[in-house]
Amino acid sequence: MISVENLSKSFTLHNQGGTVIPVMAGASLHVGPGECVGLVGQSGAGKSTLMRMIQGNYLAGAGSIRIAGTELVGAEPRAITRLRRETLGHVSQFLRVLPRVPAVDVVAEPLRALGSPEAEARARAECMLWRLNIPRGLWSLSPTTFSGGEQQRVNIARGFVHPFPCLLLDEPTASLDAQNREVVLTLIEEAKARGAAILGIFHDAPARDRVCDRLVDVTAFTPGRAA
Amino acid sequence: MSAPILSVRGLERRYGARIGCTGVGFDLWPGEVLGMVGESGSGKSTLLSCLAGHQRPDAGSVTYDGRDVLAMPETERRRLARTEWAYVHQHAREGLRMGVSAGANVGERLMATGARHYGRIRAQAIDWLDRVEIDETRIDDRPTAFSGGMQQRLQIARNLVTGPRLVFMDEPTGGLDVSVQARLLDLLRGLVRDMGLSVIIVTHDLAVVRLLADRLMVMKSGRVVEQGLTDQVLDDPQDAYTQLLVSSVLQV
Repeated sequence: MISVENLSKSFTLHNQGGTVIPVMAGASLHVGPGECVGLVGQSGAGKSTLMRMIQGNYLAGAGSIRIAGTELVGAEPRAITRLRRETLGHVSQFLRVLPRVPAVDVVAEPLRALGSPEAEARARAECMLWRLNIPRGLWSLSPTTFSGGEQQRVNIARGFVHPFPCLLLDEPTASLDAQNREVVLTLIEEAKARGAAILGIFHDAPARDRVCDRLVDVTAFTPGRAA
Repeated sequence: MSAPILSVRGLERRYGARIGCTGVGFDLWPGEVLGMVGESGSGKSTLLSCLAGHQRPDAGSVTYDGRDVLAMPETERRRLARTEWAYVHQHAREGLRMGVSAGANVGERLMATGARHYGRIRAQAIDWLDRVEIDETRIDDRPTAFSGGMQQRLQIARNLVTGPRLVFMDEPTGGLDVSVQARLLDLLRGLVRDMGLSVIIVTHDLAVVRLLADRLMVMKSGRVVEQGLTDQVLDDPQDAYTQLLVSSVLQV
């Protein structure tokens, strides 16, 4: 489902003397249906960079990224837009939303983008907010005023509201209390059970041990450090 | 979804020896929102007015829905501008008729496309005022009595009432309070999604394109220096100028 081969990447800082910083070389991994793979490696090793490339947020230098059969490297922007809408879900660490949009609409948006009628999308969004213990009184308010943990849960609700075949999770259990952490881990287990391919970064070691089938150490892909 | 709604190739517009824009080429697909950013004088507004037919380019081609826009008779281009296209100006007063009521501003465009039944025109005008969150009781007021944000929403209603397919927007949130901006952006996003609009939006506000545009074109000195998926261009800019532009934004 998610297949990365021989991926490399460098940043060229044109306004700082044209400095070229190689950040990744020879990255390869595979995530099959129903599998959860965790990325590990110390801070700065390139976990987030790799996730961003798989999401299409960073441009790959060379190599291949295939998501459910679609090649991302060199793909047209609209192919990536469609992939994100239909196939590739993403839970980032930070919620980026339009001010004044109610939490329930933020969560319903992925469904609306897929053409679900408003009432149906909202009903499913409310279901997710309820599961993630967001107090009912907050559903009609903009998440911009929510606490960090509440924002994180809105983000998770949004990422899981549509049964995406592939999911990228960046620290989904960070800043959550024990009860909500349990809810998120259950959501991940349910997604695996329905056959989703999941790639995640988890600093929470017990969470990682519980949901991940395999780990990939990205230090092996860090140029100049691998050797 | 099999063909682009708008195809632009090698577009150039010169003002004497000075370049307005040159070598511009792109495809816009149905339902897609394309953002154009760049500093003042980078050619983005020139480009937009060439695309919308307000200025005649010196070279290149513009194809809309398989038709050569530059070769079509003026009457046909005007008919397109009234029906399938819409143009939202930065200053609402340029896109509105300030001397007639809000309802007439919306109804007028319907009448230009052949609507004649007064009751139906008024009902549709009321429906659109409601969609852009203008109270029905204001229908007989003139836009001069409206705030800047309300005028802009009225302009959007006037433009979208005929169900266009392609919308040009020139700094639609420029000059508005930030709180009004957010509401307008939310409104635009909903309309784009529900009506399946294709949009070309010119702005210098990177936050606006991040929230609204699927794709981004960065312009400098009349040329496109970089284009791609919006968040990719903003988060991993490849061109020196784009890197400078993105890193120059003040953090809030």
